[in-house]
Amino acid sequence: MLRFTLYRLAQALGVILVVFTITFFLIRLTPGDPFAGEKAMPPDVRRVMEERYGLNKPLITQYFTTLGSYLRGDFQPSMKYQGMWNVKIIKDAFPISLAIGSCALVIALGLGLPAGIIAAVKKNTWMDYGFMSLALIGICLPTFVMGPMLIMTFGLKWRVFNVAGWFEKTDWVLPSLTMGLIYAAYIARLTRGGMLEVLNQDFIRTARAKGVPGSRIVMVHALRGGLLPVVAFLGPALAGITTGSFIIEKIFNLPGLGQHFVSSVFNRDYSLILATVVLLATLLVVTNFLTDVLVAWLNPKVRLS
Amino acid sequence: MSTVLDVQDLKVSFHTRNGVVRAVDGVSFKVEKGKTTGIVGESGSGKSVTCYSLLGLVPMPPGRIEGGSAKFGDVDLLKLSEKELQRIRGSRISMIFQDPMTSLNPWLRVGTQVAEPLRLHEGLSKSEAWKRAVEALREVGIPDPEKRIHQYPHEFSGGMRQRVMIAMALITRPELLIADEPTTALDVTIQKQVLDLIRDLQKRLGIAVVFITHDLAVVSEVCDYVNVMYAGRLVEASPVQELFARPRHAYTQALMRSIPALQRKGEPLYTIPGLPPDLANLPSGCAFRPRQTPERQALCLTDRQPPLVEVSPGHWAQDCPGCLIRD
Repeated sequence: MLRFTLYRLAQALGVILVVFTITFFLIRLTPGDPFAGEKAMPPDVRRVMEERYGLNKPLITQYFTTLGSYLRGDFQPSMKYQGMWNVKIIKDAFPISLAIGSCALVIALGLGLPAGIIAAVKKNTWMDYGFMSLALIGICLPTFVMGPMLIMTFGLKWRVFNVAGWFEKTDWVLPSLTMGLIYAAYIARLTRGGMLEVLNQDFIRTARAKGVPGSRIVMVHALRGGLLPVVAFLGPALAGITTGSFIIEKIFNLPGLGQHFVSSVFNRDYSLILATVVLLATLLVVTNFLTDVLVAWLNPKVRLS
Repeated sequence: MSTVLDVQDLKVSFHTRNGVVRAVDGVSFKVEKGKTTGIVGESGSGKSVTCYSLLGLVPMPPGRIEGGSAKFGDVDLLKLSEKELQRIRGSRISMIFQDPMTSLNPWLRVGTQVAEPLRLHEGLSKSEAWKRAVEALREVGIPDPEKRIHQYPHEFSGGMRQRVMIAMALITRPELLIADEPTTALDVTIQKQVLDLIRDLQKRLGIAVVFITHDLAVVSEVCDYVNVMYAGRLVEASPVQELFARPRHAYTQALMRSIPALQRKGEPLYTIPGLPPDLANLPSGCAFRPRQTPERQALCLTDRQPPLVEVSPGHWAQDCPGCLIRD
């Protein structure tokens, strides 16, 4: 287990380094720069700015300087938001996305898992068709339709929640619901598929022949195998869920992290792009590692090798 | 001698898009205490469905039990609710299956699975049930059971897994064991070991066994009484020595001619021509008629199904003029 963990750790660092390198050079290939605005910046000012952020040095020197400061845990100041450090920007925005994402995850699992299990057990009944139709609608509806629909119902018609913003304690409900319902739809379909596959196996017949009651067959004999597709899907999805969605943050006007992924690129904010991408890559690597551990726990065959 | 199971006129059908498939059509047989009753037939002859329907393991729908009775002790298995059947399955009637590779749950420890019938039916505590499970594994000849019980099925070989299945089936000391082709997926040396094991345990525990197989060599080895099934019906039923000495029905004879070991070396292997009939669309008369030789075919019943008659004491065969060979 120790060797496995160390190996995965080395692998993770390698992946992050590659992502770091590719991102660093790729953004420099895009036209424009952090100081290109509608009003042209006076050449003297521009020179001072470039000097301040080290942009006047050769690209390869910049790369190693940046890499060095990342290794020291210094994620550099933003090039667009004057006087702001990237760490501070992320620290302000990430908890909001994390809170909404966590609630969305609870909603997604809380609705998706039971719906999928019931649909699989009651295959080809109205319950199955009902849940799967809802799931299909959930998958087909984009967030920018689901979000405004929820806003119109709960915000405008019934006036239970604010339509947008991040002021009151209840403001997380609608964005979480928008995100959670859509993931719930995916999870429900994956759970149903996984459970159906397991429930058709010979060992389920063995369990029935032993007189195991139906509920125990589902919970003890089938669930572990049936959940594998969901775990495989959730691992990588987790990083995306917790770092926020640009669209949802725009619809609900939230100061989350999702907006920075997009706006930093438009702003050519070289250092902020790098910081957010490295954060996402790290989260992805971590969640993938956790998924592997979870799969090994669920599946004794993997555990052995 | 006491009868453990008495099946009368069992009828099971499947209602599918292509019509009604009569998988089992009026099958009757008895299973005596301490004896082994074989059910032989080709794939699709209804031998497995016969046994699954007794325990309510046929998926319903599309399956449906159309009629008959199955007296087990003083209850009719076919009339019991799912709850009542659950109490009988795995405690008084156990089953083992064809493929030991897929019949054990890969996610659960062997001990959990072997001890489960005790936990469910006798309400034993986990430690008590696991202690008994270790004994059960030792009884079926698994070396080092204290260690093996904590392992997972993929750490066992095929033969060992079938031993685990047997241990699991017999741990509650059932009155009846249904073995659905338990040796088909194993290679020959392991087959022999598993057959010997089943026979030893049967003798020691005095249980009745229903043995489903398509392998006549296995039948001659383990069975006391044989039922030959074809197209969902019994075509012949007899004590085992009598059946092998004097097979009466053309189908049974063809089956015996197909045993490779009984054929002369160098000759092409004998196979029964044609395929088993489509059960959704059975011919009205004798079901074996399309596969008979032309001169015999002319004699077969075409207007009604041939009834079973007792041709000699204890030996029954379908009374079709083309298929039944009398002395």
